[in-house]
Amino acid sequence: MPIKFPFSRRRAAPADAWTKCPSCDHQVFNRQLDRNLRICPSCGHHFRMSIGERIDLLLDDGSFEERDAGLESVDPLGFTDQKPYVHRLEASQVKTGLREAAVWGLGRIDGRRVAIGIFDFRFMGGSMGSVVGEKIARCFEAALEERIPALVISASGGARMQEGTLSLLQLAKTTAPLPHLDEAGIPFISILTDPTTGGVLASFASLGDVVLAEPRALIGFAGARVASGTVGEELPEGFQTSEFLLEHGFVDLVVPRTELRATVSRLLQLLPAAPVASDGGEERAWGPIGVLSGFAQRLGGAVSETIGIDASTTPTDGNGTAPASRPRRPAGERIADSGPSERPADSGPSEPGA
Amino acid sequence: MTSITPPTADAAPPIDDAQRERAWQRVQAARQLQRPRTLELIALIFDDFMELHGDRRFADDPAIVGGPALLEGRPVMVIGHQKGSDTETNIARNFGSPHPEGFRKAERLMRLADKLGLPLVTFLDTAGAAPGTAAEERGQAESIASSIRLMTALQVPIAVVIVGEGGSGGALAIGVGDAVLALENSVYSVISPEGCAAILWRSAEAAPTAAAAMRMTAPDQLELGIVDAIIDEPGEGAHVDRAGTARAIKGALLDVLGRLSQLDTETLLANRYARLRAIGRYREAEVPERRHGAPPSLRRRIGRLLHLPGVPRRRRWSEIWPSGTEENEGD
Repeated sequence: MPIKFPFSRRRAAPADAWTKCPSCDHQVFNRQLDRNLRICPSCGHHFRMSIGERIDLLLDDGSFEERDAGLESVDPLGFTDQKPYVHRLEASQVKTGLREAAVWGLGRIDGRRVAIGIFDFRFMGGSMGSVVGEKIARCFEAALEERIPALVISASGGARMQEGTLSLLQLAKTTAPLPHLDEAGIPFISILTDPTTGGVLASFASLGDVVLAEPRALIGFAGARVASGTVGEELPEGFQTSEFLLEHGFVDLVVPRTELRATVSRLLQLLPAAPVASDGGEERAWGPIGVLSGFAQRLGGAVSETIGIDASTTPTDGNGTAPASRPRRPAGERIADSGPSERPADSGPSEPGA
Repeated sequence: MTSITPPTADAAPPIDDAQRERAWQRVQAARQLQRPRTLELIALIFDDFMELHGDRRFADDPAIVGGPALLEGRPVMVIGHQKGSDTETNIARNFGSPHPEGFRKAERLMRLADKLGLPLVTFLDTAGAAPGTAAEERGQAESIASSIRLMTALQVPIAVVIVGEGGSGGALAIGVGDAVLALENSVYSVISPEGCAAILWRSAEAAPTAAAAMRMTAPDQLELGIVDAIIDEPGEGAHVDRAGTARAIKGALLDVLGRLSQLDTETLLANRYARLRAIGRYREAEVPERRHGAPPSLRRRIGRLLHLPGVPRRRRWSEIWPSGTEENEGD
């Protein structure tokens, strides 16, 4: 509610100066919210952030360069529900000032270069269609080419229904570069924010080498509404939250926003991209396992051709290291995967969902 | 503010009755209880098949079946969703909707195929992955993601056949391949038509309209480039002539696997990557690069520091892309 000062000639505070915290019902002054990294000062609820705020929060001042800003959605199916898809797109563009639900680019965190992709949930629920999928895939490919860590901050309801199976296949398109990052020794840090569900969680977002989540974010496969509606079972307290995933072993750390930048910066130092020797043998702080390195050499070259990067002509990055998506590890190890923690639970009959 | 070109395409016309009916008929045909299920098809197509069980971590999921088989005497690995054919068997199979252990069993069998160099054949027939507490706490999303990742890099040829319903992530989890074939009356979609209708039309009644809008029939999927070829069903359809359907699938598999096994692994993987990378439709508008160019001059830097008039402050990204004032939930 706007506050009116009856004796003052000043304009009353605009109606949008205050936001009610959905968690503690506190009225928070918007400017205070922005200064406080959009965290409720009374209960610590993390409000959603725009892409611009994410960039300011995480990256070194002035270091971000957006890439592929011109990618734009089309309407491949001619989709009209209650509103035509093109009108929904337009409305989201006007509302957010963005072309699409995700932005990617290159930046630095405490001087370390990263390729970063960021979602905005306000743009059609952060849903992933052809453009978002393309941007995330290009973000990973740039990380591979430049041999810098990849970082994606997700906030998405999942695949975009309005582009049908073209959206569904973005799950595979965004996941396909990840085995190449594995082989090349490039780390990928996935940051899950409120909310990350459906197809985005069921693809790259779950597959970070390290998965971080903001506190009390909604994170799950089938939205709680769908699950409770179709299964008809009682859902436990805190179902599909960051903390739930942490407890069940699918998230490494739940990190408050105030510590996010510091945590990511430490991770980048602790988990640097594997160095690549210029030629003839690996020179790493911790050498590779001898048996495997011969194997890796035998596979050399396969990856760079696969993704259409000509290793001989790719520019080197600022540090003068050779680019190259040279596989370090044998395929056998790549597809060996560590198992998630399992715990028994009653799996009653259930109906299929999204 | 960002300058944004509004989409130039006109809004598409709404779905008409004929389209609705055609799409809904296909959905119902794909869901037919009499439609041959994966295990029946396997028995008709392959010379020998031994079902293997369990994900080695938690349980055996009856909604996914798989194991080694012989196709015209040559060994392959087969994995598929398994629906039931009546209420009782459907409950036992959870209507073909897998839990994480199902996808992890599939992964385990794919690794075995990879290890032994066996081509992989998968049959898609599910309304979607199982939702619910059990699925979530065992990592449904992660199990699907992990299976997709494995398939993108598997070093053996993969032929995917959509035999009934290709429902969302639960289908794609075993549906990434070098060749994707679809039976004539199968469907493939990003979400069930009922789910789509509930979200976008706010009414389950609109499911036939949603089915038409999503263009989920096999011919539509062929046109979109998601499916590479359609396998015609004999006579009135797969539910009437199972043997004929199996013969048609077998012929298509022999053809596809014959061609794929000519390729060396590098080419196979490069083609698979290129195929996935090419999926999606978008346009690329020319935009001026938005970046902080050359470092600011000394005058400018001092001006900024002292807030001198006439020296613009560098805009922060949060001013370019701010948060809205309302906590809009979007779609």
